[in-house]
Amino acid sequence: MKVGVVVFPGTNCDRDTKWAFEKLGADVDFIWHSEKELKNYDLVVLPGGFSYGDYLRSGAIARFSPIMEAVREYANKGGYVLGICNGFQILLESHLLPGGMTRNENLHFISKFHHLKVVDNNNKFLQNLNVGDIINIPIAHAEGNYKVDEETLKRMYDNGQVILKYCDKNGNELNPNGSIDSIAGICNETKNVFGLMPHPERAMESILGGEDGIKMLEGFFK
Amino acid sequence: MKIAVNVHLKKGVLDPQGKAVLHALETLGFKDVKDVRVGKQIILEIDTQDKEKAIKEAEEMAKELLANPVIENYEIEVKE
Repeated sequence: MKVGVVVFPGTNCDRDTKWAFEKLGADVDFIWHSEKELKNYDLVVLPGGFSYGDYLRSGAIARFSPIMEAVREYANKGGYVLGICNGFQILLESHLLPGGMTRNENLHFISKFHHLKVVDNNNKFLQNLNVGDIINIPIAHAEGNYKVDEETLKRMYDNGQVILKYCDKNGNELNPNGSIDSIAGICNETKNVFGLMPHPERAMESILGGEDGIKMLEGFFK
Repeated sequence: MKIAVNVHLKKGVLDPQGKAVLHALETLGFKDVKDVRVGKQIILEIDTQDKEKAIKEAEEMAKELLANPVIENYEIEVKE
């Protein structure tokens, strides 16, 4: 398993992400944003952080980094791409995923463990989990208030593209940031590009609060 | 030529910053303020005298980068 972790100026979850995938046995490279080509990776990850200082809008400038052209090509050929937090925002701004991100409804930067419900597991990323499973994963963002038009949202539901929602520990709806339908994670139509605001790479050790991230990331190894 | 691109969240999209400012204004005693929307203004200095061309360019910039059409609207305003 070969994983490429893209590093933009301002990315700060690159090392955690590398460590998480190495823990699961992957061979992980960092890819600097100015690179123009991707080697033969089984998965490309856009990690969290504050690429380009979140100027203009989160992810808006990173979209123009040279590596993103290669990521787009890779994704269009069916390559697996995972965007975590700021990586998710970059995928939205790059139109590799539908919708857009706005400020959290309460305007706060929210950093805490939050429960999530698996809404759809008919995809590589969540194949190790069951629909209805409740997992506990850290979130850390100021702009996780996901928005998408109703028509697109309906299409996403029909096609199994809404994969994770925020909830409380019993699975009841609990929305930390105002995201439409409490959506925390989605994928594209062809189910090879994934984006989520929570950080599975921060939930890999029980001593650090939980290991629910393992089951998620392991999906890419099958 | 100076062109301003004004970017705002679309009408249906909740503007939490606007809401926070509204509450602050209420606290200050401005009870008649009904709604506040916070946006941003991007001022471009374009090296041309051709107004039409400058507007057209700003339009393209807004669509491609300055605004995110999924969540935001924009207006273009010629400053001078």
